[in-house]
Amino acid sequence: QGRFTLLRDTRTDGSFLVHHFLSFYLKAGCKVCFVALLQSFSHYSIVAQKLGVSLAAAKERGQLVFLEGLKSCLDLVFGEEELPGQPSPLQFLSGSTSDLRALFDFVRVSLSPADGDSWKGPVLLVDDLSVLLSLGAAPVAVLDFIHYCRVSVCYQLKGNIVVLVHSNEDSEDEENELVVNSLCHHSDLILWAEGLATGFCKDVHGQIKIIKRLSLRQAAEQDVVQIYQYKIQDRNVTFFARGLSAAVL
Amino acid sequence: LVFTEEDKYGLYSNLLFKYFLAEGVVCGHDLFVASAKEHPDNILKELPAPLLDDTYRKELGDEAVAVKSEDFQDSMKIAWRYQNLPKIEASPTTYTKFGHYYDVSKKMSPELCQSVKWHSFYLHEELSFEPKMKTCNMNIGYARLLQSIQTIISQEGFDGSDPQKKQRNVLRIGIESLGSMLWGDDICCSDTPEDTHSLTKFLYVLRGLLRKSLSACIITMPAHLIQNKAIMERVTNLSDMVVGLESFIGSERETNPLYKDYHGLVHVHQIPRLNSLICDVSDTKDLAFRLKRKLFTIERLHLPPDLSDTVSRTSKQDLAGSAKLLSSGCGAMAIGKKHLDF
Repeated sequence: QGRFTLLRDTRTDGSFLVHHFLSFYLKAGCKVCFVALLQSFSHYSIVAQKLGVSLAAAKERGQLVFLEGLKSCLDLVFGEEELPGQPSPLQFLSGSTSDLRALFDFVRVSLSPADGDSWKGPVLLVDDLSVLLSLGAAPVAVLDFIHYCRVSVCYQLKGNIVVLVHSNEDSEDEENELVVNSLCHHSDLILWAEGLATGFCKDVHGQIKIIKRLSLRQAAEQDVVQIYQYKIQDRNVTFFARGLSAAVL
Repeated sequence: LVFTEEDKYGLYSNLLFKYFLAEGVVCGHDLFVASAKEHPDNILKELPAPLLDDTYRKELGDEAVAVKSEDFQDSMKIAWRYQNLPKIEASPTTYTKFGHYYDVSKKMSPELCQSVKWHSFYLHEELSFEPKMKTCNMNIGYARLLQSIQTIISQEGFDGSDPQKKQRNVLRIGIESLGSMLWGDDICCSDTPEDTHSLTKFLYVLRGLLRKSLSACIITMPAHLIQNKAIMERVTNLSDMVVGLESFIGSERETNPLYKDYHGLVHVHQIPRLNSLICDVSDTKDLAFRLKRKLFTIERLHLPPDLSDTVSRTSKQDLAGSAKLLSSGCGAMAIGKKHLDF
């Protein structure tokens, strides 16, 4: 409860982790607010189906609140003048404000317990945060947004947050690196998917570093780091210890 | 959203761009061509002519027959480890119905071009119209382009908004040289451009438009001119597929014996991972292209066998050095800096 998990990818695509967490929390019966900035609803829906969860049904019964960033952006850019009582969550795009307050309000309202809700713990899932920077949000605004979300979701509502960011070694995107480093310091758990250092391989798609940041909560503890390699299949991801891929054994 | 990084002189990316549009014509898709450099009418006049199946088959058929007649059933005696590897098909010999082949030396007939509906956007003609959308601090050229695309999509019903239309067609959008100075964006000429977000905002809105309609888009961009690499990273994240073309013209690789059969390399930076956990990764990532008189082909880069005794030691080092740069696809050459001399 109240955990902040950071999903990070370098030289590879970590979105399989997002799909996993989405179906995991939905199956567990949590109320999920999914801020999906990069892909359309149908993409997530089709993958979730393979993992055994129906997003449309979850939306219907109120378990899933889905913000489709692409659609929201189109409504904002090409749509009619918005009603004063319902600002678009991506309002910062139009330049009228420079902070992500509208987005935060959307999250807060979606996850606040409503009457008749019997869901276990709220969860905020974001895919992916680096897109906000591409759209013109300042790194400080993004960090403020995450901070407000943590206070609201993790501390007040005792829920969890899972956020995906991209990063690269020798990245020249300083704003992105700033956001990523800051989030790393404040995360309880970091799942870092990396492409293999030796290059592309058909049987091992990458390696994942699991960092349990015990030092965050308790002063004397050390972080625990575990490294596994993985291969992604159509409906599943298999993890194995380094060097022990099925292709080798 | 297919993103192509242009090669230095724009020759080959232009070709790829025209192939995309030509494929659209042959498949009967609608076209939308946008450019700030050349008037779209001229671009459309220059599309390569499609090769009819039988003529192509005949030309290539002779070659293919010659290759197959060598008996691969002989077991290898020295290099027996390689026997289990699949035979490398360097050129397309399987004729699938997906896609067509084009003859670069001939132009597409005007009748064929006219058979599809096409829309054009030539930046310098469009600047007088005011966009009806919120520009969100975006470069005015990009904003107008988005407005134009959105209008076409909704008017022609590509987004399924017109239930009357029974025949649903695909819209192929081609945007040439985005981000160049001709679009009014200075990311190509300065290290600290005025507005670093115009291009990425444009791509995000475009992505939204593509996702909600039956359209596909190819964009070419002079990536080698962009000083601010952060922008390129963001652009890569926002695209589905990113391909870079590196031509050998004017570079030291032109004379490198490794590459003597080819005109350039194809770098696949990203492949689309849509509607699925995995993407379709091919076995090898080393691709090179060459422009023959009639065909533009993309093949696996295979190293020529190092047979000559007279090759001097320095050039052997070069070969080995460059071979190290290629990823694990080329299994045949020994990788390493030192050579064991017998």
